[in-house]
Amino acid sequence: MAQSMVEINSLRKSYGSDVVLQEITTSLAEHEVKVLIGASGSGKSTLLRAINLLEGIDDGQIYLDGDDITSVGVDPDKVRAQIGSVFQSFNLFPHLNVLQNITLAPRLVHGITKEIANAEAMSLLERFGLADKAKQYPDLLSGGQQQRVAILRAVITKPKVLLLDEVTSALDPILIAEVLTLISELKAEGMTMMIATHEIGFAKRVADQVLFLHNGQILEFGTPLNILENPKTPELKAFLNALRGAGRL
Amino acid sequence: MSYKPSALRLQREAARRRVSRHSTLVALISTLAIGAVLSIVVSGAPGFKLVRESFFNAHYARTAFPNVLSGLWLNLRVMILAEIFVLIFGLLIALARTSKSAILYPLRLLATIYTDIFRGLPLLLVLLLVGLGIPGLQLSWLPNSAVVLGTISLILTYSAYVAEVIRAGIEAVNPAQRMAGRALGLTQTQTQRVVILPQALRKVTPPLLNDLVSLQKDSGLISVLGAIDAIRAAGIETAQSFNFTPYLVAGALFVALTIPLTRFTDWLTRKQDRARVQQGQW
Repeated sequence: MAQSMVEINSLRKSYGSDVVLQEITTSLAEHEVKVLIGASGSGKSTLLRAINLLEGIDDGQIYLDGDDITSVGVDPDKVRAQIGSVFQSFNLFPHLNVLQNITLAPRLVHGITKEIANAEAMSLLERFGLADKAKQYPDLLSGGQQQRVAILRAVITKPKVLLLDEVTSALDPILIAEVLTLISELKAEGMTMMIATHEIGFAKRVADQVLFLHNGQILEFGTPLNILENPKTPELKAFLNALRGAGRL
Repeated sequence: MSYKPSALRLQREAARRRVSRHSTLVALISTLAIGAVLSIVVSGAPGFKLVRESFFNAHYARTAFPNVLSGLWLNLRVMILAEIFVLIFGLLIALARTSKSAILYPLRLLATIYTDIFRGLPLLLVLLLVGLGIPGLQLSWLPNSAVVLGTISLILTYSAYVAEVIRAGIEAVNPAQRMAGRALGLTQTQTQRVVILPQALRKVTPPLLNDLVSLQKDSGLISVLGAIDAIRAAGIETAQSFNFTPYLVAGALFVALTIPLTRFTDWLTRKQDRARVQQGQW
C-alpha cells in the first residue's frame, strides 16, 4: 500500500444544530481515486471543501502528505497551493482569457515566470485539444470546454490531490463525456483524486473505492462493484433505486 | 441552390416596414406639435422680450466669451485633478469598507462614518465649511487658496459617492469567484486585486462615469469661494452689464464639456447590455 496522501480522522462539522459531517474517517493513498456518492445534502461537497480548508471544521483532523493541515497556525494559502479544486459551476475568471486563467496560480502562487507558465499551459492545452482556445474568454467556450479548462487550471501546479465537486452536473450528456475523458486521462497519469459525482457509470470506471455518504456519515465503502451491485444498507439500496428510476444507472 | 424568400417572408417584411414608417410619422407629428405649443407659450409670454434680451443677447455673449472661457480652463484643471484623487480615495475607502480583517476594523468604522457624513452633506455646505473654516483657523501651513480648498471639498464629497459605487461593484461579484481564487492558493489580497476588483470595476464603470460627469459640473460651485472659474467670470461680466447672457455662455460651455463623457457612458452601458443579452444573463 502506498503512503497516504490524505488522511481524515473523525471529522465533524455542523451548521448550528444541523450536523453535516460526523465521524468521517477515511484515507486516500497516492494515485488512488475515491468517488463520493450520495444524495444532495449528504455532505459530499462539504467534505471536499473541508479538505482544502474552504470550510472550517468542528472536530477531527485532516492530514495532507503527513502534515496536519487542521492544526492551529497552519497557513491555509500554503495548503491550498498543494490541492487542486474544481467546482460544479466552473468558476473560471471571466475577465481573463483561457491562458491567463490557467497561468494565474503558477505565476502568483508558485512564483513561476510568465514565459515558463505560458509554455507549460500551452503544452497542457495542446495535449487536451484546447490549444486554439488559449486566447479566448470563458464566455465564448462551451460548458464542457470551460470545465476542462477549469480542470487544467487546477492540475497545472501538479497538486498532491485533485478534488472534483460534481464537475459534470451543469453539463449535457455530450459535454459530460469530454470532461469525463479528461478525468480518466488524469487517472491514467496517476493523479490522486477525490470525486463527488452523480455519474454512477463513471464512478464504476475510475474509482478504486466508492464511499456512500448519507446524512453526513459514511454508511458504506468498498470497490465500485461491491457498492453498486451489493448494497447492504437500506439507505444505499434506496439511493440506487432512485437513480435507477431516474434512468441514471 | 439559391435561396428565394417565401411569399410569407415578404409579407412579414412589408408589414414590419409599414409599422416602422407609421412610428416615424407619429414621432415626427408629435415633435412638431409639442414644439409649436412650446414656442407659442414661451414667445407669447408677457415677459418674453425682456427675457430674450437679458439671457440671449448675442453681443454680450461675444464680449463675455473670452473671460468665461479662461475661467473654464480653471474648472477643467480642477475637475481633472479632483477626478484623479476621487478615484484613488474612492477605491481605498471601498476596499476598507469591504475588508473582513479584524485589524482593519477601526478603518472600516471610519470609512463607514465618512461615507455616511459626506453623502448626506450638501456640497455647498462642505464648500463653505472647508473654504471658510480652514482659513479661519489661521494656521499658516494650511492652504488658503479658494481653488485648493474648493478642490478639496469636491474630493471629500465625491470620494464618498464613488466609494459606494465601487463597493456595490465589489459586492456584486459572485462570491464563487473569490472562493475559486482562494482555492487556487491566492491570498486574500491577491484574490481581491486580480480576481475581484477587475470584475467589480467593469460592472460599475457606467455609474462611475456618471458620478464623474456630476463632479465636472459641480466644479462650478467652487465659484462661491471666490475662485475665478467660468461661473465667477460670467458673474463678473453680468455685474458690469446687468445682462445674464454670460451665465448662459458658461452653462453652454459646461454642457459641451460633459457631453463627450455622457455619450461615452451611454455607449459603454449599451455595449455591456448587449454582451449580457448574448450571454443570456438577465
